[in-house]
Amino acid sequence: MASLPGDPITAVLEVRDLVKRYGANVALAGVDLEVQPGELVGLLGPNGAGKSTLVKVACGLVRPTSGAATICGAPAGSETARAAVGYLAELFRFPPWLKAAEVIELHQRLSGSSGGAGETHDLLELVGLGRVKDRRVDAMSKGMQQRLGIAQALVGSPQLLMLDEPTSALDPAGRASVRDILEEVRSRGISVLLNSHLLSEVELVCDRVVILSRGEVIAQGSPHELSSERGVEIDTGSGVRKWADATRADIPRLVAALVADGVEVFGVRSVKPTLEDFYIEAVKEEAG
Amino acid sequence: MSTALVIARHTFTECLRRRILLIVPLVTAAFLALYALGAHYAFQSAEGTVGLRAGLVDAVALAGSTLVGLSMFVTLFLGASLGIFLTFSSVRGDAEQGLLQQLVVRPVARSGLLAGRFLGASALCGSYALLLYLACVVITGVIGGWWPTPFLPPGLALVAAVIVMIALSLLGSVFLPALPNGIVMFMVFGAGLLGGLLAQLGDVIGSPSLRTTGRVTSWVLPFEALYQDGLNSLTSSATGLTRVVVRLGPLGGAQEGGAWLLPWAALYVAITGAVALAAFSRKDL
Repeated sequence: MASLPGDPITAVLEVRDLVKRYGANVALAGVDLEVQPGELVGLLGPNGAGKSTLVKVACGLVRPTSGAATICGAPAGSETARAAVGYLAELFRFPPWLKAAEVIELHQRLSGSSGGAGETHDLLELVGLGRVKDRRVDAMSKGMQQRLGIAQALVGSPQLLMLDEPTSALDPAGRASVRDILEEVRSRGISVLLNSHLLSEVELVCDRVVILSRGEVIAQGSPHELSSERGVEIDTGSGVRKWADATRADIPRLVAALVADGVEVFGVRSVKPTLEDFYIEAVKEEAG
Repeated sequence: MSTALVIARHTFTECLRRRILLIVPLVTAAFLALYALGAHYAFQSAEGTVGLRAGLVDAVALAGSTLVGLSMFVTLFLGASLGIFLTFSSVRGDAEQGLLQQLVVRPVARSGLLAGRFLGASALCGSYALLLYLACVVITGVIGGWWPTPFLPPGLALVAAVIVMIALSLLGSVFLPALPNGIVMFMVFGAGLLGGLLAQLGDVIGSPSLRTTGRVTSWVLPFEALYQDGLNSLTSSATGLTRVVVRLGPLGGAQEGGAWLLPWAALYVAITGAVALAAFSRKDL
């Protein structure tokens, strides 16, 4: 059942021990995940990790083999849950003969949105398509269609927006514009689950990152936590020496100790991996 | 507006924007022109045919019913083809193209999406079949002075037959990608017609087994039984030798469906829809 006003805050998306098998192939092998209200969570993982399947289960497009997924307390796939969700698939198309505004209007009618022309205008302006509302989909660039897809997903003011690779086909400018849109969406209090391969994008925009591999969550935390300091490297006359557990605060002491021992020091750096470094390391470890 | 009506309207808009509602009438007009020319020559020639001159057979009734009967076959084929093309990719085909997922995520019942497709296609193709039948009847009447009695039931039988094909095509679209489903539907259409021909052949050569095989096929694919019933009602008012000649002519042996045909066709469409919905509801997209 969906949460009611006055109830304790419920996770917008809650996934518990979720398993999905396609025959002998295990797409999800017991995933636990939460997205809190207003949170922007990045879902990372190699191809075949189960990211899209997880998003599809949450949207009600795919039925889980076991486990549970709820949207605002309602079982994923139920009408209540779907009313709270906006979704943009990785491989999507809109009818090429529809105009931009008509795509939004079609989804307004299907979602029972009472936003009317005001909502259409607002959403198209949000994604920068206000001036081309009468342009047909088949006359739009891929980037414009992608932004139209995000606008469509926001019809009916969903509480959770799930985007599956929304920037995969975009140039850097297009990706930046999607980033701006996501910031605006977050400022409206809408939670976002962003499935992406572009780690730099995720690092820039997400509050939290979940890494999936082989259908399991192998790491999660804020981008800052995942890319926190991983030791100190000092370039000495006898080569680069590493202190894996040291932090930036330890550098003066380490340098002083080396100099006192007569070691020549040519350079010092605090090792701070990017999210991409962490991701590659985590996925490599998981792959064995 | 209910989901079904939203999707039905969407289907209509698609036909409009994709110029289907422009191209189909143009091609149909060409067909009707050809039909009118054929009717003109057919009525002209019928008067001079040996045997007809003796007054034993009503030449106008023979030519008129034969022409309208042939036009009914074309109407069935065109109506069913239009219905197949409008629905053959409704589920799996649209899902593979990424058109469906966005719609299904909305808080609407999947049954509404399926019902909307069915309603939209049935309204368009049913109207088309009826109008085409009426146009052929009017052309025949104006040129040759022959009007079918009863006037409307053959056309309504065609409408029902087209709706049966649409239901089958929607069912197929749940399980098959667009192209295989389209191919299968045309093969099903052909199989139904073959069943009808087998039954007629069985009648002519006196083979009960062949007749039974054909009739069972016609009822398993009731669009064929409906078509035959329509043909049968077209010639039901003919009498005497004219009736015998008409029955042995190009329309020969069209079977009367009987009182259970329409209820069976309605039940068939309902069962087909229920199976399609059950499968669609459980389908991972």
